[in-house]
Amino acid sequence: MTTANQPAAYRNDFLKEVEANVEEGHMVKMCMQCGVCAGSCPLGSHWEHSPQKIFMMIRAGKREEVLTSDAMWMCTSCYNCIARCPRKLPITHIMHGLANYAHRLGLAPKGQPTRDFAVMFWNNLTKTGRVNELKLTLGHYFKDGIGAGIKKGLEMKGVGLGLLKAKRLNPMEILGGHKLQDLAGFHAIVAKAREIEDRRRGLSS
Amino acid sequence: MAKKNIAFYPGCSSQRKSSAANYLVSVQSMCDKLDIAMNEIPDWNCCGASIGYAEGGELPRVAITARNFALAEKHLPGQDVVSTCAACWLANRETQERLEASPHLRAETNEALGAAGLSYQGNTKARHMVEVLIEDIGYEGLKAPVVKSLEGIKFAGYVGCQTNRPFGIAGESFENPQYLDKMVELAGGEAVPYDQKVTCCGGALAFSEPEKSQKQIRDIVESAYDHGADMIVTPCPLCQANVEVYQSEINKKQGTQFNMPVLYYSQLLTVAYGGTAAEAGLDGQIIRASRLEEIAGK
Ligand code: SF4
Ligand code: SF4
Repeated sequence: MTTANQPAAYRNDFLKEVEANVEEGHMVKMCMQCGVCAGSCPLGSHWEHSPQKIFMMIRAGKREEVLTSDAMWMCTSCYNCIARCPRKLPITHIMHGLANYAHRLGLAPKGQPTRDFAVMFWNNLTKTGRVNELKLTLGHYFKDGIGAGIKKGLEMKGVGLGLLKAKRLNPMEILGGHKLQDLAGFHAIVAKAREIEDRRRGLSS
Repeated sequence: MAKKNIAFYPGCSSQRKSSAANYLVSVQSMCDKLDIAMNEIPDWNCCGASIGYAEGGELPRVAITARNFALAEKHLPGQDVVSTCAACWLANRETQERLEASPHLRAETNEALGAAGLSYQGNTKARHMVEVLIEDIGYEGLKAPVVKSLEGIKFAGYVGCQTNRPFGIAGESFENPQYLDKMVELAGGEAVPYDQKVTCCGGALAFSEPEKSQKQIRDIVESAYDHGADMIVTPCPLCQANVEVYQSEINKKQGTQFNMPVLYYSQLLTVAYGGTAAEAGLDGQIIRASRLEEIAGK
């Protein structure tokens, strides 16, 4: 078991660490390993570890395997598992929470496409308070560099032009797009919330 | 005075010239006919969507959504916060439930909101437009303004995930919700049986994991064809966009011939209520719904 970036208070007790630092982590111990969730994921065949396995690994103290797994990043937030779990675990939130925690600790897989997209999404929305769909799309296409971006852009040209024609993508968003009036207040809220959460987890911002 | 006043939370995808701009246009027309006044929450911000989790964490996500509630409480007191987007509604409901359940989280949230001179009192109720339609207006009330029948058009009612799970619409099952079919029928259309009704479209992973998501989308469209549908109808902007725009991609890669229009319930109702094609946002379809346009033009 690795202790990389592990807050001192949880040495050698990964379950406790998860309970304290991961969204809804206190519910992990309620899992009875029935496997219903494992059969519910739409992208299930692409997961290295199902939620069931992840919860078992947490209890077995497999900290590194869990936090470096790319399983959590395959979650589409479909809520199938939550609707079906006999023990009412908030599985989706725990998976999101684990992904967030692994990401904040710097242990999540590098270059994982959903991780990159999720970061880009959050940065995009917190910049102006609202999502700039054009910049989000372009940013996503160009994440692997200019060449790959142009290739991807050309491949998806039909989609972009269709949206443009239907007035569902605004080329002027490149200049800024929708934005909040009280942007300063919005930024202050986000910064404060992050500061409180990091303090609670014993991390520095 | 309108029959019903709501604090409207459009969400990013329903802004002008955004990917669900046609949803917004048709919802506005539909609400006009039903005498529902949509009062936009002033200076609302993004809900964080589901994919916001990775960088956002819990408290920042809760706090930005609580900001919208605080603004609604301040400027539109006593009105329900109503969203049209499934992900917005989910974020709003989840946030509200957590703030109600945990005084600790609420204190932290209010500490964050204080940085902008706001506070959350807990006096709003987060709802989906579909709930307002079904619970406040009722199926009879929804049927009353119908002046044109959508007779002869077959619809596959695609509910998707987040309007359905984990909260869903009261009285509906997770596996086979009926409300969308009922809306189709009260507008005179035919709701075909449809076995992909609650299948996931891939959500935000349509962007980051296109191959895997397109397999989902292929099943959703194929099954609509198999059941004889002419069009798909959905309440969710992400489902609508994913299922409509990737059909050409799938055709290109897999040699299918998909060309299935994907509409919102609000577009169907607007046409049934006598609205024009423009009022129903039909000019916003990438795959044109020509038979609906014909009815709207009559
Ligand atoms: S469905 Fe629930 S109880 Fe069953 S394995 Fe999954 S999380 Fe555990
Ligand atoms: S919400 Fe995530 S973990 Fe749950 S079934 Fe859907 S994809 Fe799997």
